Amino acid sequence: MAQTNTAFATTGRSRKGEPFVWLTAAGLTIGVILTLGLLGLVVVKGLEVFWPARLVVLEVEPAEGSGQGTAAGTVAGYVVQERVRRDLAGKTHEEIQVFRGNRELHGEKFVFLDRADIAETRQPGDLLLVERLEGGHVIGRAGALELAGGERLEAGAAGFDERLEQLIEESAGRREELKRIEKDQIGRNAKRVKELNLEAKLAGSDAGVAAELAELREEFERLDGERGEIRERLEADHFVVESADGREIRLAGGELLHVFRPNEAGFLGRLGEMFRRGWTFLSSDPREANTEGGVYPAIFGTVVMTLVMSIFVTPFGVIAAIYLREYAKQGHLVRAVRISVNNLAGVPSIVFGVFGLAFFIYFVGGLVDDTFFPDAEEPVYKSGGILWASLTLALLTVPVVIVATEEALAAVPRGVREAALACGASKWQAIQRVVLPASLPGILTGVILAMARGAGEVAPLMLVGVVKSAPDLPIDGVAPFVHPERQFMHLGFHIYDLGFQSPDSEAAKPMVFATTLLLISIVVVMNLAAIVIRNRLRKKYATSSF
Amino acid sequence: MHEMVQTLEETASTEVSQAAIEVADVDFCYGRSRALKDISLKVPKGEIIAFIGPSGCGKSTLLRCFNRMNDLVPGARVTKGEIHVNGVEIHQPGVDPVELRRRVGMVFQKSNPFPRTIYENVAYGPRLAGPVEKSDLDDVVEGALRGAALWDEVKDRLDESAFGLSGGQQQRLCIARTIAVKPEIVLMDEPCSALDPVATAKVEELILELKKDYTIVVVTHNMQQATRISDLTAFFYLGELVEFDRTSAIFTSPKRQETEDYVTGRFG
Ligand SMILES: Nc1ncnc2c1ncn2[C@@H]1O[C@H](COP(=O)(O)OP(=O)(O)OP(=O)(O)O)[C@@H](O)[C@H]1O
Ligand SMILES: [Mg+2]
Repeated sequence: MAQTNTAFATTGRSRKGEPFVWLTAAGLTIGVILTLGLLGLVVVKGLEVFWPARLVVLEVEPAEGSGQGTAAGTVAGYVVQERVRRDLAGKTHEEIQVFRGNRELHGEKFVFLDRADIAETRQPGDLLLVERLEGGHVIGRAGALELAGGERLEAGAAGFDERLEQLIEESAGRREELKRIEKDQIGRNAKRVKELNLEAKLAGSDAGVAAELAELREEFERLDGERGEIRERLEADHFVVESADGREIRLAGGELLHVFRPNEAGFLGRLGEMFRRGWTFLSSDPREANTEGGVYPAIFGTVVMTLVMSIFVTPFGVIAAIYLREYAKQGHLVRAVRISVNNLAGVPSIVFGVFGLAFFIYFVGGLVDDTFFPDAEEPVYKSGGILWASLTLALLTVPVVIVATEEALAAVPRGVREAALACGASKWQAIQRVVLPASLPGILTGVILAMARGAGEVAPLMLVGVVKSAPDLPIDGVAPFVHPERQFMHLGFHIYDLGFQSPDSEAAKPMVFATTLLLISIVVVMNLAAIVIRNRLRKKYATSSF
Repeated sequence: MHEMVQTLEETASTEVSQAAIEVADVDFCYGRSRALKDISLKVPKGEIIAFIGPSGCGKSTLLRCFNRMNDLVPGARVTKGEIHVNGVEIHQPGVDPVELRRRVGMVFQKSNPFPRTIYENVAYGPRLAGPVEKSDLDDVVEGALRGAALWDEVKDRLDESAFGLSGGQQQRLCIARTIAVKPEIVLMDEPCSALDPVATAKVEELILELKKDYTIVVVTHNMQQATRISDLTAFFYLGELVEFDRTSAIFTSPKRQETEDYVTGRFG
């Protein structure tokens, strides 16, 4: 070091390897950016779905050679997206996609318009966005209410809005009533009739059975009459909407779900509407091939399935890991078992689906059906259901729990173990009262990972019980209340179904984002809950010494 | 298991003068390597015995033989000789190590409280034998904590985590946990090695106090400590028992040159 004047001047050795530090940091940065980007996109797009957009009225006058072929006229709706299109001649067009609803008038709910064709844009305050049961949204001006008994109330007349609100509420009540009659009462009636018929077929009919059948028949007639009456009432009133191009749409009162004036609403009004839509999304059943309505059954299915899976996988994995780590003689066999378990975690999940189908459904389900439901007409347990799906996923995630538990057990300090034994504990007492509590946080970490993996898994579920529409939840008010054999809906599969199987992909697109956001949120919430529990335990059972 | 208890008790009552621990010609191996060679010694009842010797000479190994703690180490075993505790050979088939350990308690070098409350730590041993009345258990816990000179410091925080205690307090908690089981012999492996002089003094006081009820074997690297607390001292070197005598004799007039070198600090 001839030219340096201090004893500790650097020789450059201390900076060796610094490029690698940069490399690792860059790797992490890329990962973080990708993750945040994905999350950001999902959150923004997912929330956007619920934010009520302003409605616009566009006067379209096609210029020469626009190529889109839009007819002149008036279009009302909200802008969904903007895009730039290059036509065959190489000219670029700025286009907007407008949702204009009113399917019975236009056939298509969406329309692309060239910006150059738009002569005028207005935002009239009185435009309505009407949600209805079938056929998608209706956009237009309020026309009139044609009430039962020939009464007609023109829009703008005193009490029009109130009467409309009232009509919507009444219809909701009637639909509830109708559903109750159809599902509960008529359903029960039909079930009993079926039972009696079977009984009669097996044992020969007797007077008692015949009398009951006649009674049931009578009850059915009565219920059917009630049903018809309510249906009539639902059709009796009409709400007339004038579309932007001057045509009329008559909506039956029973069809109406909600009416909203997005252009009149202030910020708070729109916020309120956003929460209403969000709540509807969370709490109601899907309609229109899943593109409208909510995802409540899918949320329910996902959560129940994940919880049931955790209930199966936790004890199973923990017990297996205790045996492997604490009792089994550590030799070649145990090592082979351990390697197999680790490899099991890498098997493609669809393989577990196939296994679940073959073993749980056909074999176990078949046995159950043969033993307990020998004269059921349709398979009960020998078909996909939430129980089999949970078990399949438990199998899929058990390696995660085993590995985590083994590591947690191994991490318990030897001193603590020896102390327990030195107090005169048997091996099992030491494990049960000292080693297990001390490794509980680690075990829970494994369960959290298993839950996260299980909740996001879709492929195997498609083989063992998930369906695109299952109106009957696996837990409900009908005896025996828990129906482990029922098929169910799942958010992951719902996303797939909306995104790739939907007949109306444009309408399904916002639902895909909203459902994705929801699935991510549910997984995060379940994980956070588990993490909170784990941290509590960790405080209680911390093993670090001074 | 009950037979064993009876034998231990019977022998204890019939031959009062009998040694608490008697080691005869013991060899001990970890796999292939021989850690103890031909050890023979007698630990009389009610006395404090100190094991001294340079690091790696086999003190801990021998100590852990007395309660068969070495059973946990794969490949470790006594290859020759016999170890009697209260007159019973502890490797014979009828001996249950779990019962043996209830009578031969152990305190470790590094304090190792359970990740539980102070109360739970002390109550752990008594509970193992079966369900205990809460009030009885409270008495046992208080008695053990008083015996370990810790009661006054922790009586208001029994429900707090044991990790909130200082290092010295944790070590005394471990002693309390050991004596709560009411053993006959207490083995201590360098119980003060992680403690400051004040805590060390407390633990030493405690050991002298415990002498009334227990036979105590203590491993130590601290010569002064050995002279302060022990009645007998055994000096080990390279897996062999070099000298075993009254403590005063070992430190003032050792018979062997190695012993003298070691206790006077001229070793190596
Ligand atoms: N688990 C083990 N496996 C293999 N060899 C061991 C094991 N424990 C101890 N030994 C060896 O046995 C010999 C005696 O070790 P031991 O722990 O009894 O020494 P010590 O006298 O207690 O030493 P120290 O004063 O440092 O605690 C040493 O050579 C050690 O390397
Ligand atoms: Mg040692």
